[in-house]
Amino acid sequence: MEIPYIVETRADTGLNNVKLGIWLFLASEVMLFGALFSTYIILRVGAPEWPRGELSVIFGAANTIILISSSVTMVMAWASLKMHAWGKHRFYLLVTVGLALFFLVNKFFEYAEHVGKHEIPSYNTFFAIYYTLTGLHGLHIVGGIVVMLYFLGPGAKLAKKNPDQFTNRIEATGLYWHFVDLVWIFLFPVLYLL
Amino acid sequence: MDNVTTHGSVAHGHAHEHAHHEELGFWRKYVFSIDHKVIGIQYAFTGLLFLLFGFTLMMIMRWQMAYPGRPIPLIGAWLGQDRAPMGIMLPEFYNQLGAMHGTIMVFLGVVPLAVGGFGNFVMPLQIGAPDMAFPKLNMVSYWVYFLGGVTMLASFFPHGGAAQSGWTSYPPLAVIAPGQTMWLVGMIFLITSSLLGSVNFITTIVQLRAKGLSWMRLPFFVWAQLVTAFLLLLAFPPLEAAGVLQLMDRVAGTSFFMPSGLVISGKPMLISGNGNPLLWQHLFWFLAHPEVYVLILPAFGIISEIIANNTRKPLWGYKTLVYSVVFLGFMSFIVWAHHMFMTGMGTTMSAFFQTTTMIISIPSVIVLTSLLLSLWGASIRFNPPMLFALAFLPMFAIGGLTGLPLGLAPSDIHLHDTYYVIGHFHYVVAPGTIFALFGGVYYWFPKATGKKMNEMLGYVHFWGSFICINLVFMPMFIQGLGGMNRRMYDGGAQYAHNAGLLKWNLVIGFAAWGLGLLQIPFIINFFGSLKWGKAVDKNPWEATTLEWSAPSPPGHGNFLTDPVVYRGPYEYSVPGAARDFSPQFEA
Ligand code: HEM
Ligand SMILES: [Cu+2]
Repeated sequence: MEIPYIVETRADTGLNNVKLGIWLFLASEVMLFGALFSTYIILRVGAPEWPRGELSVIFGAANTIILISSSVTMVMAWASLKMHAWGKHRFYLLVTVGLALFFLVNKFFEYAEHVGKHEIPSYNTFFAIYYTLTGLHGLHIVGGIVVMLYFLGPGAKLAKKNPDQFTNRIEATGLYWHFVDLVWIFLFPVLYLL
Repeated sequence: MDNVTTHGSVAHGHAHEHAHHEELGFWRKYVFSIDHKVIGIQYAFTGLLFLLFGFTLMMIMRWQMAYPGRPIPLIGAWLGQDRAPMGIMLPEFYNQLGAMHGTIMVFLGVVPLAVGGFGNFVMPLQIGAPDMAFPKLNMVSYWVYFLGGVTMLASFFPHGGAAQSGWTSYPPLAVIAPGQTMWLVGMIFLITSSLLGSVNFITTIVQLRAKGLSWMRLPFFVWAQLVTAFLLLLAFPPLEAAGVLQLMDRVAGTSFFMPSGLVISGKPMLISGNGNPLLWQHLFWFLAHPEVYVLILPAFGIISEIIANNTRKPLWGYKTLVYSVVFLGFMSFIVWAHHMFMTGMGTTMSAFFQTTTMIISIPSVIVLTSLLLSLWGASIRFNPPMLFALAFLPMFAIGGLTGLPLGLAPSDIHLHDTYYVIGHFHYVVAPGTIFALFGGVYYWFPKATGKKMNEMLGYVHFWGSFICINLVFMPMFIQGLGGMNRRMYDGGAQYAHNAGLLKWNLVIGFAAWGLGLLQIPFIINFFGSLKWGKAVDKNPWEATTLEWSAPSPPGHGNFLTDPVVYRGPYEYSVPGAARDFSPQFEA
């Protein structure tokens, strides 16, 4: 017997395995970041004073725009596959990786600036949570880059053998990527603006 | 696993990718296997080893409690100067043993055996699936778990030893005590493994059910695993977050859980402060209460299968059982702060958590009642798996009922952190869950190996363990009600009010060591039966669920033909049927 519903959808659930799997994974991610945001709220509410305006809004806004654009190019990468435009697919996926790297480079300069001013995690609770939240988010970005590079490299072989399965995988990657983007959309106002 | 059955599935004519498995070498077949049955056995075996190890830690602690300050016999000399100079246990080492006993039993023993082992091996077979939905992910889950286990074990060796702050790891103590960093890293591995596993379990159950296997035809074991997987999926991430935060406190010097103004050994701590130690407790118990249901639900599942099979009757109230565990699953997310009545959280909060705790005991009682009523009027087959399942019922009842006074703040104020709590949850997890797990081993051993375990040794193992384990845990209620605190290096001897309770430490000690000895028949039986056990056919217990339609042991891909399900899971003694069981897989 072979494992069913890898590609085709199961009639009574309306899902294929990968799609259900990625949604479940994202549910657990929601709980992870939910706990971290709750931590933020509890610590901030309990703090005698909370520093504001510590971060550069320009940097944060730029990174927001970069990530949102990368979500768009991710959708394009998937849509191109659906339209069997292989070259376009690779182009958009590559751009997504590029934007993700751009995000990380920005983040690196931001970190470097604060570390230069000795604003490290142990400096105060604000920076503690700032580094933890953005660090974990950054790890998610790195994870996404690794996956996308895999699909640009060795993982691309599947597209010939089983194009539908490949498309599903890209779709799942996209869902993950939108989630990472969404987390940032929460992080940006919470850390940079409020 | 053996070649005959492996070829069986090839003969069936699927010359696809998966059929190339007979060329797999030793490593891919037995070590880095992606077959759910091999992974299940790996999980189960590793879990059993950890249970034995965790139990050994406890037997060492029990010496110190029974005979405080006396050199530990046999192994004392081997423990080393910084653990037990001249064989006499140091308090720090006692604390390490305690913390690691809890951690190992829960996260490395019971859950991997109950979920990783039984879940992995049995569940896909019971739903008629060829494997898990994501076989490679399944392999990764096991190896990440393995890494977590190695990290935990290794944590004993560096200077300062293993974690010492209990399995609950409350800060500020946990943040400043040695050993905790490796504990946290190990936990992050274990949590990651559970998360990957739970995604796999849920997807498999939702997507890979065989033709005709509708939700209400699922064996109750599968339902239990499904709810368990949801608990793992949604409750573990907050602990992962908490673990990362505590790790930051330790490694990066942050103060998430560290309040201002801490003075340690006369020296003020140089930290930024303003953290919240209670935040850890909330995040921890938000996982750890659902976690106690992770420990018990698979046990419910296992004993339901065994009871239905050995009463030769349908389970009483199958649907009620299903709705109860689903409800239990939901409720288990909103009772966590009943572990924190002593933190001064205010009457409104404690009223809320008392109410939810009382509500959650209702489905537990329903499950127990259903299973009890299932016995009514049956001509029961008293084989070893059934004995363990039968013993589970009163043991779980004691564990559950003693939980009620803990769930009410006025009584919990007296009982909190005493041996009563230890008695309570051990009745649930030791003579409860662990007995169910033993029952499961005896019950599914023939499916996994094609051999039956020896009954005589099984009886010795059961009756001996049953008597000893009650002698271990029953006196703890007496000690706890008498006011003896848990986590005491000298077994409580330093407090005058414990004077009359110390004798029980001797009883408990000897019963615990006896319990250890009584596992020897099991170990002999386990390995001996592999070699000398009676060979069995597909369905030695005359059971009804799908796993018994596959060869014993099933080959790669599990079933020789695509299974089709014709009826509910427990159609035993159907009036008018030729035999006293009507399997799901027979038209
Ligand atoms: C059925 C109803 C149950 C109720 C009302 C209940 C209630 C409680 C309460 C209120 C506590 C906290 C006591 C304290 O620390 O002062 C507690 C502790 C505990 N319970 Fe239960 N419980 C129930 C079932 C279970 C089950 C099914 C399990 C596990 C399989 C379990 C495992 C534990 C554990 C491990 C602890 C101790 C945690 C620690 O180390 O502090 N309980 N229970
Ligand atoms: Cu609880």
